[in-house]
Amino acid sequence: MIRLEKRPQPSRAFSLATPLLAVLATMVFGGLMFAVLGKDPVTSIITIFWQPLFGEFAFYYRPQLLIKGAPLVLIAIGLSLGFKAGIWNIGAEGQYIMGALFGAGVGLAFYPMESFIVFPMMVLAGAFGGWLWAMIPALLKVKFGTNEILVSLMLVYVAEQFLASMSLGLMKNPEGFGFPGSRNLQQYNSAFNADLIEGSGMHWGVVAALIAVIFAYVLLTKHRLGFAIRVTGEAPRAARFSGVNPTRLVLFCLGASGLLAGLAGLFEVAGPAGQVTIDFNVGYGFTAIIVAFLGRLHPIGILLAGGLMALTYIGGDIAQSQLGLPAAAIQVFQGMLLFFLLAFDLLTNYRLRPGRTEVA
Amino acid sequence: MMDLSAINPILFVAGFLVAATPLIFAAIGELVVEKSGVLNLGVEGMMITGAICGFAVAVETGSPLLGFAAAAAGGALLSLLFAFLTQIALANQVASGLALTLFGLGLSALLGQSYVGVKPPRLGDIDFGPLADIPVIGPILFTHDIILYLGIALVAATWAVLKFTRAGLVLRAVGESHDAAHALGYHVKRIRTLAIMFGGACAGVGGAYISLIRVPQWTEGMTAGIGWIALALVVFASWKPWRLLLGAYLFGGITQLQLNLQGAGVAIPVEYLAMSPYLITIIVLVILSADKSAAPASLGRTFHASQ
Repeated sequence: MIRLEKRPQPSRAFSLATPLLAVLATMVFGGLMFAVLGKDPVTSIITIFWQPLFGEFAFYYRPQLLIKGAPLVLIAIGLSLGFKAGIWNIGAEGQYIMGALFGAGVGLAFYPMESFIVFPMMVLAGAFGGWLWAMIPALLKVKFGTNEILVSLMLVYVAEQFLASMSLGLMKNPEGFGFPGSRNLQQYNSAFNADLIEGSGMHWGVVAALIAVIFAYVLLTKHRLGFAIRVTGEAPRAARFSGVNPTRLVLFCLGASGLLAGLAGLFEVAGPAGQVTIDFNVGYGFTAIIVAFLGRLHPIGILLAGGLMALTYIGGDIAQSQLGLPAAAIQVFQGMLLFFLLAFDLLTNYRLRPGRTEVA
Repeated sequence: MMDLSAINPILFVAGFLVAATPLIFAAIGELVVEKSGVLNLGVEGMMITGAICGFAVAVETGSPLLGFAAAAAGGALLSLLFAFLTQIALANQVASGLALTLFGLGLSALLGQSYVGVKPPRLGDIDFGPLADIPVIGPILFTHDIILYLGIALVAATWAVLKFTRAGLVLRAVGESHDAAHALGYHVKRIRTLAIMFGGACAGVGGAYISLIRVPQWTEGMTAGIGWIALALVVFASWKPWRLLLGAYLFGGITQLQLNLQGAGVAIPVEYLAMSPYLITIIVLVILSADKSAAPASLGRTFHASQ
C-alpha cells in the first residue's frame, strides 16, 4: 500500500506540474465524457484546443481569446489575493454585475453627450460599483465576524435580481420598442469600449487585465502588504506576531477583488456585450475561481490559466456548432479541471511512499 | 392593485411547509457533515444533481419514490468526489466544495437536457382519512406527501442519534477533536466519509423535492441558491437540529410570503421581493455570527494521521 508523508516544503516541481497534469487528465476524462455523449473524443478535443488557435478560422477566434480571457484574468487576479490569505470572496459574479450596472448607468446618464470624459467616468463608476458590493461582506466580516463566503454568494442572487430590475425598468432603452435591455453602448461613441486596434480584440479590459497582473506580481513579491497576504495564508499565527492587521487585510483583499470584478463587468458591458440585459452575465465570476486555482494563485499562472479557460469557452462554442456538443458539457469539462487540480495537488504537499497504510 | 385578501392563510401555511422541506433535507445533511468536522460547500451542487437524478428516474420509471431513491444515490455519489478530495487527497475543503458546486451545476445541466418541459409523475398525498377533514389543522398538517413527513422525522432522528447514541457521540468526538478521536482508535476518515455521503444523500432528496413536488418541472439551475441558504441555516441553528427545523420554517415562510405577495400584486416590484430571502439570510447571519461557540472545533481542518 501507499503511505503519505508530508513534505517539509511544498515541492516546486509538482507545484508547476500539477496544472499540466490536471489539464491532461481533464482531456482524457473529458474525452471519455464526449465519447459517452456519442462524439468522437479526439475530434472534440482537437476542436476545443486546436481550432481556435491554429484552425482555418483562427483569425476570427484569436481576438475572441483576448475578449473572453480579459474578464477571467481580471477577476481571478483579485480573487487570488484573498484566496492566498484565506479570505474567500466567491461572489465575484455579483460584483461583476454591479460594476457593469454602475458603469453603464453613468454612461447612459451622459447619453447623448459626446465627450472624452464619459468613458473614464464609467470606468471609475464600474470599479466603485464592484468595490461597494464587495465591501458589504468585508464590513460585515470585520464588524460582526459574519462568514464572507455565504454573504458574498447571497449578494450574487441579489445582484441578479437588481440587474433584472434595471434592464426591465430604469435602464431600459426608451427607444427600444418595449424590448427589455438598455441602449446599446456600442452605438454611443464616447461610452464604447472599442478595440484599440480594429479587429484585434484588444480593448481597455485587456490592458487593465495586464496591468492587474503586473500590479499583483509586484504587490506579492515586493510589497509589505503582499508579504502580509502570504504569511496570513501560510501561517496565521506567525502573521499575528509579525504585526499583520487582519481587519485591513480583509478590507483590502475583498475590496481589491470587488474593484477588479467591477472593472471586468464595466469593460464587458461597454464593449463586447454592449447592453445591460437580463442575462448579460455569463458566469465569469464563477469560472474565475477555477482560473485562480489553475493559475496556482500566482499572477503569471493566472494569466496563462485565463488564456486556457478562454480557449475552452471558444473551443466549446465551436464544438457546439460543428459537432453538436451540448454547452453544458463544456461546463462539466471546466468543473473537472478544478477537481483534477485539487486532487493532483496532493503531490505538491505530500510524498507518496510505499509502505504500510496508516490507521486513519 | 394590491389585494391581500387573495392570500388564503391555510394554503399559505400548508405552502410554506412545502417550501421549507428542501431546506430541511439539505440543511440536516450538512449539519451532520459539519458535526463530523467537515465543511462541505458543495450542497448546491449536490442538490441540483439530486434534482435532475430524481426527476429523470421518476419520469423514466413513472415512480416518484424511485426518483427520490435515485436522487439520494446521485447526491451521495457526487459527495464521494468531495470525500475523495478532502479525505484522501487532503485538498482544501472550501476549494473542494466550490468545485463540487461548479461541477454539479454543469453535470445537472448536461443530464437534464432532454427533460426540459417534461411533466413528472405526481407523488400523491398520504390519506389520513378523517384527520384531513378537521377544520384549519386538517388542510395544513394532513394533506402532504410522505417525503415532507420524512423530513421532519429525519430531524428528530438526527437529534436523537446525536444526543443519545454511541454513534452520535463518536461523530461529535471526531468533529470536536480529530486528533483525540484518532488516538482513541476511531477511524476519522471513514466516519467523515460516511457523514459526507449522508449529507450528499440528504441534499439530493432536497433537490428532488424541488424538481418533483415543489415546482414540479426541470429547469437548469433551478435550486437557485437554496443549497447556500441551507449552509447559512446550519449556522443559524447553531448546529442544533430543532433550531434548524424552526429556521427552515422561517425561511420557508418568507419564501412563500414573497411568492404570495408577487401573486397578490403588491406595489413592490417582483425583483425586489425575489431578493428578500437572500437579504434576510444575510441579516440573520449577521445577527447570529457573534456566537461561534457552538461550531465543532475541528470544522474545516484537514486531518492527516502523521501530523
